[in-house]
Amino acid sequence: MPDSPPAVAPAIEARGVSKAFPGVVANAGVDLRVKKGEVHAILGENGAGKSTLASILAGLYRPDEGEVRVNGEPAHFGSPRDALARGVGMVYQHFRLVERFTVAENVVLGDPHQPLLLSTRRAEKTVAELGEKYGLPVNPRARVEDLSVGEEQRVEIVKMLYRGADVLILDEPTAVLTPQEAENLFETVNAMAAEGKSVIFISHKLSEVLAVSQHVTVMRDGHVVARAETASSDRRSLARAMVGRDVDLSVQRAEEAPGEPLLVLEGLNVAGEGDTVPLRDVSLEVRAGEVVGVAGVSGNGQRSLAEVAAGMRTPTSGRVVVRGVDTTGKGPTAARRAGLAYVPEDRLGTGLAPSLSISENLLLTHPRPFFLKRKQMEATAREAIKQFEIRAPGPDAATRGLSGGNAQKALLARELSDGPEVIVVASPTRGLDVGATQAVREILDRRRRAGCAILLISEDLDEVRSLSDRILVLYEGRIVHETSGEEANVEDLGLAMAGSSEH
Amino acid sequence: MNDAVWVLTLAAAVSAGTPLVFAAVGEILAEKSGVLNLGVEGMMLLGAVTAFLAAAASGSPLVGLLAGTLAGGGLAVVHAFLSVTMRANQIVSGLALVIFGTGLATFLGNPIEGDPLKPGIVDLRIPILADIPVVGRILFDQDPLVYASWLVVALAAFYMTRTRTGLALRACGESPETADAMGLSVARLRYVHVIVGGLLAGAGGAYQILARVPSWSGAGTTAGIGWIALALVVFAAWRPWRALLGAYLFGAALAANFALQAAGVDAIPAEFLSMLPYLLTILVLVILSASSARKRLGAPAALGVPYAREER
Ligand SMILES: Nc1ncnc2c1ncn2[C@@H]1O[C@H](COP(=O)(O)OP(=O)(O)OP(=O)(O)O)[C@@H](O)[C@H]1O
Ligand SMILES: [Mg+2]
Repeated sequence: MPDSPPAVAPAIEARGVSKAFPGVVANAGVDLRVKKGEVHAILGENGAGKSTLASILAGLYRPDEGEVRVNGEPAHFGSPRDALARGVGMVYQHFRLVERFTVAENVVLGDPHQPLLLSTRRAEKTVAELGEKYGLPVNPRARVEDLSVGEEQRVEIVKMLYRGADVLILDEPTAVLTPQEAENLFETVNAMAAEGKSVIFISHKLSEVLAVSQHVTVMRDGHVVARAETASSDRRSLARAMVGRDVDLSVQRAEEAPGEPLLVLEGLNVAGEGDTVPLRDVSLEVRAGEVVGVAGVSGNGQRSLAEVAAGMRTPTSGRVVVRGVDTTGKGPTAARRAGLAYVPEDRLGTGLAPSLSISENLLLTHPRPFFLKRKQMEATAREAIKQFEIRAPGPDAATRGLSGGNAQKALLARELSDGPEVIVVASPTRGLDVGATQAVREILDRRRRAGCAILLISEDLDEVRSLSDRILVLYEGRIVHETSGEEANVEDLGLAMAGSSEH
Repeated sequence: MNDAVWVLTLAAAVSAGTPLVFAAVGEILAEKSGVLNLGVEGMMLLGAVTAFLAAAASGSPLVGLLAGTLAGGGLAVVHAFLSVTMRANQIVSGLALVIFGTGLATFLGNPIEGDPLKPGIVDLRIPILADIPVVGRILFDQDPLVYASWLVVALAAFYMTRTRTGLALRACGESPETADAMGLSVARLRYVHVIVGGLLAGAGGAYQILARVPSWSGAGTTAGIGWIALALVVFAAWRPWRALLGAYLFGAALAANFALQAAGVDAIPAEFLSMLPYLLTILVLVILSASSARKRLGAPAALGVPYAREER
């Protein structure tokens, strides 16, 4: 940037930073300057290179080229320890906490000022003080494995504040939060900025970026493609910069009356197992050409519902009928044969085999023929990569290396490729950027027009509302509310999701 | 002395269990850092032969002990290098070291095969305590290394739970990426604890030859107790005090053999009794190799997984 040297050096700065991984250039000559006391957003699609840049700033990755400066002075971070010593702390997209430790133990871990004989008392006090000051309530004695994701995130932030971070990098912090928790996080972020700390806020959600930041840097394909004052930029231009084309996320609904019911769930009761919530007397049907959305706060039986519908779990009573065939408890293969496709939320856990390539993963659900046809597989994979805009080095890339969003696209590509008539999807756009979200929604909308019955289970109200013709609310394993997509209003849905007794 | 046979047997159990105590505590430290060291048997054997040679050359069992300890540590450096720096498969590396350690020890021990070791370790009767009936004879009329092993257990337990580095050690085995992000050096923590583990295995081997067996007899000198130590770590749920207890139980199984023969009990074939500790060991090692079982038993979550910062 050829402007005159600033009076005050930026709190943290990246100059011409480049980083390549096998097959991808994750960062290409990235410049970033973050002032003291500012909330600086980095906006970008999945795989744009945001986490890579953040990891370089936090000393986790070493840049191939370029340098990082802290308060105007070059910083050659060899490890996160060096970055922490210079006041740069990061909350990673995938949390870095020791599950078996208490909160206080996690906080003092690696603290060079901790006396050799461990004492968490001071930490417990500081944790309480920091929690008070920044609105981050956490119980220092709780074990991390017993905490909710929102609480874990608070621990992460407190941990970095305890280590004296002046620059705090938050990598997609809201991806795991409920709307209320996100609201609280924004307040915390503002409080930290008011204290003179700099916050780098990574996100692909425009509304959050507009709400919380003063400055925004937009990345695409490893490059910085725009930077702006948030106040003087608008949604549309930011979205265009991020995706590289115009995007339209308006509501889509069926135009024709739905046909006959293709997926029928009747009086389902499912016992809770381990950490899954039981289902109680759930009945619903999804007709041809219809999207039925199931809303609800995470952990209210969504997983059980999806798995029963997909044949992966046997109900204690009730029936699952897919296109007239009773598939109750007959296993996923029977459900699939009856024409049902299931896109689970946990895409690496149950959806994709991480060390297999994209083309192999696409083939997983097609057990025939016995001998693999390499050429054809590769062509199919190439086609899917193009159609779903999967950012990957090629059809042979292992899915483990894909960024979260791109893994989700690969999974959708497989499940939707051979035209199932009944689709069960769980949070299909969770963690996806606008471009990918639009692509996924369009795909689902297209399937609906083609006469598919789609059961959409999601915690994201916007997602449910933007696609569904009918909306059901799941609370503690029961359906407590039902409305048509047009008449749905956020307040009623929110109340029902919170278990308000009026419904 | 006219102690009952069972008292003598228990006293022998403590002594037989002591090499296991050293080796198991060492292995606990290594595994807590996230590195599985299957090479314990090799390190013990190399420790034993080195201890013999050094003690014979210097005439001092203490020098023997030190040399044996260092020999075990030296072999552990190789394991640390392979599994931490080269990120090799820890199972393969550990097994390779058993083979290498055994081979080297047998080669070094060839000339001394069957020679009796002159300066062995002398018992140290602790006054007063040793006069307590039964318990005194079992616990306090032993050699100094038995007492030293208690110190090792106590120190390890205190270190792991009460110190800053102990916390870092546990974090490193549970979640190396967290340790790294918090500014700790995963590589250094792993190196240090694998090497300390090897030193203790070497000390266990040295004890075996200085205090347990009458002479060097090749691989039979340690007779697989390195493997027992590995199983013991699991039995002990990675806790040093429990490892001490477990070591004496295994020690009792090893010693019972002689006792029963001495007592003229031949209802159970002696071969079966001597097999027992090894059968248990095989069972535990099989369970240990299933990662889901490992987790349930309380193994460090990242045990056996090499850590690489920039890898997914
Ligand atoms: N450790 C790694 N090994 C190999 N490839 C990687 C690694 N980290 C990132 N990449 C690749 O680099 C590119 C940028 O990834 P990065 O995680 O920085 O994206 P992102 O903008 O954070 O995306 P998301 O929104 O999905 O988190 C992607 O193509 C990704 O697959
Ligand atoms: Mg990311």
